[in-house]
Amino acid sequence: MPLLVKLLAQRIALGLLLLLLVSALIFWGTNILPGDVAQSILGQSATPEALANIREELGLNEPAISRYFDWLGGLVQGNLGTALTSGQDIASSLGSRLKNTLFLAFWAAVVAVPLAIFLGLLAVRYRERWPDKLISAVTLASISVPEFLIGYILMYFIGVKLGWAPTVSMIHDGMTLGQKLSSIALPVAVLTMVVLAHMMRMTRAAILNVMQSAYIETAELKGLSMFTIIWRHAFPNSIAPIVNVVMLNLAYLVVGVVVVEVVFTYPGMGQYLVDHVSKRDVPVVQACGLIFAAVYIGLNMVADIVSILANPRLRHPK
Amino acid sequence: MSDNLVAVRDLKIGARVFPPGEKPHDIEIVHGVSFDLQKGKVLGLIGESGAGKSTIGLATMAYGRGGVEITGGEVWVNGREILNTSLRDLRKLRGTEVTYVSQSAAASFNPAKKIMDQVIEASVHAGKFSKKDAEARAVELFTKLGLPSPETIGDRYPHQVSGGQLQRCMTALALCPEPDLVVFDEPTTALDVTTQIDVLMAIKDAIRDTGVAALYITHDLAVVAQVSDEIMVLRMGDMVEHGTTDQIINAPVEDYTRDLVSVRSRVHEGKPPTDNPVLTIENVTARYKGTNFDVLHDVSMELHAGQTLAVVGESGSGKSTTARVMTGLLPAREGRIVFEDRTLSADLAGRSRDELREIQMIYQMADVAMNPRQTVGTIIGRPLEFYFGMRGAEKRKRIEELLDDIEMGSEFKDRYPAELSGGQKQRVCIARALAAKPKIIICDEVTSALDPLVAEDILRLLHNLQQRENVAYLFITHDLATVRAIADSIAVMYQGRVVRYGTKADVLSPPFDDYTDLLLSSVPEMRLGWLEEVVKHRKMESAGN
Repeated sequence: MPLLVKLLAQRIALGLLLLLLVSALIFWGTNILPGDVAQSILGQSATPEALANIREELGLNEPAISRYFDWLGGLVQGNLGTALTSGQDIASSLGSRLKNTLFLAFWAAVVAVPLAIFLGLLAVRYRERWPDKLISAVTLASISVPEFLIGYILMYFIGVKLGWAPTVSMIHDGMTLGQKLSSIALPVAVLTMVVLAHMMRMTRAAILNVMQSAYIETAELKGLSMFTIIWRHAFPNSIAPIVNVVMLNLAYLVVGVVVVEVVFTYPGMGQYLVDHVSKRDVPVVQACGLIFAAVYIGLNMVADIVSILANPRLRHPK
Repeated sequence: MSDNLVAVRDLKIGARVFPPGEKPHDIEIVHGVSFDLQKGKVLGLIGESGAGKSTIGLATMAYGRGGVEITGGEVWVNGREILNTSLRDLRKLRGTEVTYVSQSAAASFNPAKKIMDQVIEASVHAGKFSKKDAEARAVELFTKLGLPSPETIGDRYPHQVSGGQLQRCMTALALCPEPDLVVFDEPTTALDVTTQIDVLMAIKDAIRDTGVAALYITHDLAVVAQVSDEIMVLRMGDMVEHGTTDQIINAPVEDYTRDLVSVRSRVHEGKPPTDNPVLTIENVTARYKGTNFDVLHDVSMELHAGQTLAVVGESGSGKSTTARVMTGLLPAREGRIVFEDRTLSADLAGRSRDELREIQMIYQMADVAMNPRQTVGTIIGRPLEFYFGMRGAEKRKRIEELLDDIEMGSEFKDRYPAELSGGQKQRVCIARALAAKPKIIICDEVTSALDPLVAEDILRLLHNLQQRENVAYLFITHDLATVRAIADSIAVMYQGRVVRYGTKADVLSPPFDDYTDLLLSSVPEMRLGWLEEVVKHRKMESAGN
């Protein structure tokens, strides 16, 4: 299957190229921001000599292009540089944060993706009847409310009134998996509600599109039940669009959790990023930006690869 | 009704229609049709589009396609009335007692699943056979239907086999659960004539060997005459005539049936070529962008004013590609295209507006060849503006003349394509081509999508217009009856080459080359026993070789 291999290789190469371009964009973008670290460390009353000294010390006087390649070279070796404000190694302090964010995103995905697909299938099965309308209404309502508001509402009713889940989602390495899961129950619920509608509606639309095909009629005339037809005949042909929207939402779960992390004071990347943006700690912002970009590009690449693999014409050429 | 497998009584079927500019409403499309079918017998349902053939066929499974709904009457299958049965019981009937073979197996097979899984699915699902037994039976059927490597063809995906093979797989799918009745809905219509014959014979043998009863739906009387015991002629949802195949073909009672039997018997006296061809293509070779093989090899032909050159061949033989090269849509790699006495640019972009005007096209699907949001007047008026700069009253007058030419009144000017019948749409496309006053019109399968009687009308119209306007036609078709009805000269194409070329009389007279012989002998003839004769003849020939 040389065609398949060629397509996959092209797609992966494209992903890497894209990542390189994004790294340049992030570097350039953070460099044209007004003010610099030296300024923010020393404050408004800094003397020009003091600023010059600090800039010299931090290597800020080098030309941008050579600083970019230094940075890029470090990245390739897994070295994200040191935080200007604290002097700590970014990779190690980011590592645990990233792990926490991925942990939260993973469990939100474990709940949201199967639920969205199941609700999508259910909506197709009962199309234009009350279950379909109810599912649409509820998921649309939950996506329309800002996530911080959902967060506070759940916190008040489930956390405070009912006392079923903690309102602050602190986790640390000493906790068991069960303790961790109970601790993140509320943010997982919020994230699920935010991404559910999009995935569920896309699943519904993709399957309904396939349901118009002649082979669905063939399946009906075989005497199969509606759910069997949807699951066995329609779903395998709608995988590509569904995977695409699932991946977009997974990316959102990683990148878009900033607000939810802050609401639940969860020790993830979002909080870390927000802290360092306000301190103008450029290397940290660059590293976070690049990781978010890599997650986005990587997940979309996976979506495309799955789409290519899901096409029987490419998988089984003549 | 005890010995009847199927008994249909006063069947009425309705559908919801959405006419443009009106409120949706329900209409009746089948008005009280009755028939019986005994075990092991084949009933042919024949009629033009809109006759209700497929709708009646699907009613034996109590199934309505899209917005179609069975509104009255009774359908008995195996002694049970099925119209008032629960969906749960219907599911037991569908796919095991009654099965269905559709026109397009390519669309009716799930592209994501292996053929075998789809062939045995209904039998296994209904618990009729174990997976292993069903697979063994499928292989047996693949063998019976003459499929290559029957042991392994089930492991392939639908796109990995040819159209004719897939149509036979669909027949295997229908026969696998040992049904009592199979509904064949135009199973060979989408196939080339040379392929049709094999599939037809395979279906006929399979029906005989398994003793299954069948409803055979088609618009082609010559085809249905080969496989049916009885024929029922339908028109606009009413039964016209019902009798034995012999009676319908040889002694039809109703006028409409007589028209159907005699259709396609129109013959056109071919004219010899003139000395000055209006368009010549010389030794043309062409390939599609991004490919590394030629789809046309050394093709040459001539078009003469007031005459028709028919290009025949099966799908993929290069007929339409030749037309694309003539128009410049696909630039030729080698060879010349000479119009009157000047060589045309191979590429569309290199031709002048007047050169473009001289070659017009009419397509197979009139539906998609027109902008659905433009009125007939706008559609026909566009070439008048574009090529002749006509405006206002002058343009209006010319549009009315053109509508007269195609035997439609000027009242059609403000209609939209959706309000026209298939034949009328094709007429509007003819008027649009004529509006440019071209010397050449390329007709690409213009009658293939039409019912036989409508198609005959279009051929007559095209012929009359040719007499008057002295225009040359390049007539692309796979249907040899159409060729007899209109051609002066013929080019037979096969795998991108012209294998036979000359006047109609020469091309259609022996001695034939192998391919032309195969093509000519594959055209169904309107008589009983034709299929067996051809197959026997071919077997003898291959034994002789």
